[in-house]
Amino acid sequence: MKILVPVKRAIDYNVKVRVKADNSAVDLTNTKMSINPFCEIAVEEAVRLKEKGVATEIVVISVGDKSCQEQLRTALALGADRAIQIDTADTLDSLQIAKLLSKVVEEEQPGLVILGKQSIDSDNNQTGQMLAALTGMPQGTFASEVVVDGEKVNVTREIDGGLQTVSLSLPAVVTTDLRLNEPRYATLPNIMKAKRKPLEVKAAAEFGVELASNVKILKVTPPAQREGGVKVADVAELVAKLKTEAKVI
Amino acid sequence: MTVLVYAEHDNQQLKSETHKLVTAASKMSSDVQILVAGKGCAYVAQQAAKIAGVSKVLVADSADYEYQLAENIGDLVTELATGYTHIAAAATTTGKNFMPRVAALLDVAQISDVIAVESEDTFVRPIYAGNAIATVQSSDTKKVLTVRASAFDAADESGAASVESIDILKVSEKSAFVSAELTESERPELTAAEVIISGGRGMQNGENFSLLNGIADKLGAAIGASRAAVDAGFVPNDMQVGQTGKIVAPQLYIAVGISGAIQHLAGMKDSKIIVAINKDEEAPIFQVADYGLVGDLFEILPELEGAL
Repeated sequence: MKILVPVKRAIDYNVKVRVKADNSAVDLTNTKMSINPFCEIAVEEAVRLKEKGVATEIVVISVGDKSCQEQLRTALALGADRAIQIDTADTLDSLQIAKLLSKVVEEEQPGLVILGKQSIDSDNNQTGQMLAALTGMPQGTFASEVVVDGEKVNVTREIDGGLQTVSLSLPAVVTTDLRLNEPRYATLPNIMKAKRKPLEVKAAAEFGVELASNVKILKVTPPAQREGGVKVADVAELVAKLKTEAKVI
Repeated sequence: MTVLVYAEHDNQQLKSETHKLVTAASKMSSDVQILVAGKGCAYVAQQAAKIAGVSKVLVADSADYEYQLAENIGDLVTELATGYTHIAAAATTTGKNFMPRVAALLDVAQISDVIAVESEDTFVRPIYAGNAIATVQSSDTKKVLTVRASAFDAADESGAASVESIDILKVSEKSAFVSAELTESERPELTAAEVIISGGRGMQNGENFSLLNGIADKLGAAIGASRAAVDAGFVPNDMQVGQTGKIVAPQLYIAVGISGAIQHLAGMKDSKIIVAINKDEEAPIFQVADYGLVGDLFEILPELEGAL
């Protein structure tokens, strides 16, 4: 079975986010970029499925300009077999990305598509679900366990009240939650090997997908800062303040 | 212009997120309707009909909607979408699961995690884990939105909407419910609680979380945890408050032994009053706390329980 893993280049999760002075966007100049953490978990899950003999080939794909090849090479170093970059200079919305991915699904015919549940920049949590809807595949989102069993995959999902397990017929779309696995580190030999793995570049325009978005960002501002309050000396003072000053108990 | 609000419920009880969604929806249009999809959910529909500002409640009652499977619910909502300009669901794991499908099938964008409604087409949402706030305008013919319920006040229950059954069956053969493990608790749910007391790594182990029980009992509070406490295996993941866990905004939030990592603050900084109890007086949590108490939580917690 072939597994397709779409990955996104995003701000590194350790970097402090700053908004540009003109309030147009988040400032990404000279910022460390990485593979989105949820996407990294998706790559790891695919690699584990290959190690178990469930998957035979892992194809990673990213939509963006040339810089996202860096993240594709990271995914190749983690164990993916080949990579596709859909080349575009534009920042696309989840729907446009899902449409492009659905064309690739048509071409590649994967048995499973594994994606991160959301990216830590736009925080949309949409692409996997949209891809499932556009391709008619069933979906298992926010996965904490993925078990492939013949023509089915059982996905245990992290939901608000606990866990839910669904059974999906393959091909299917799975999106990853944090507890699905802990991604490995790429070893130096694997990083070297990844440089020679195939990476195909396709122009976004080739796919015949309307890439314009109907959503305009009017402004991006820093969040309101919460003022720190006072230190209290002891429990008695705390309880008194909560009762008489804050009036919350 | 009419808004369709997707009701959040467990087939027995309507959840308070729905009341908050109606408040958000009322800022998009004066005509708000609610869809209740589930199994044996007639009582939920009655509850929904009481929410002020709602003109009509639609009920799709079928075994196929019992577990809120995204394929079935997505197709149902997509078919109903014809009559509406806006479709809104709570940004819960249910809403996040099926709504992007609705958007894709309608060929429109989804606006996720709305925290403020500026007009019928302009919305405010956090990005970068709440470290930036984006104001976005959509020119799509239909607006598909998930709404962060904790950012809105609940609409009251002075209404009397009509209730109408709809007979649309959508069943996917490709997806089936297998099982659910739901956390049983006598306490309020984190996302609905007026008071929350959360423990962090400073609790040292899972057993020590029982120190929070007595205080939670006295305050009618839900018990939460930081990601550090969850990752250390002290408590289950569904107790996690933070960017990757639950986003909460109670009247009173008590953070015990929590240092205040950005990821945790993103989940609770909109609480009305924040109390921090920590032995490290330099802990970042004190920068957002209204009342900080520096000291050993193992001494403070029993004393606090006694004082309440």
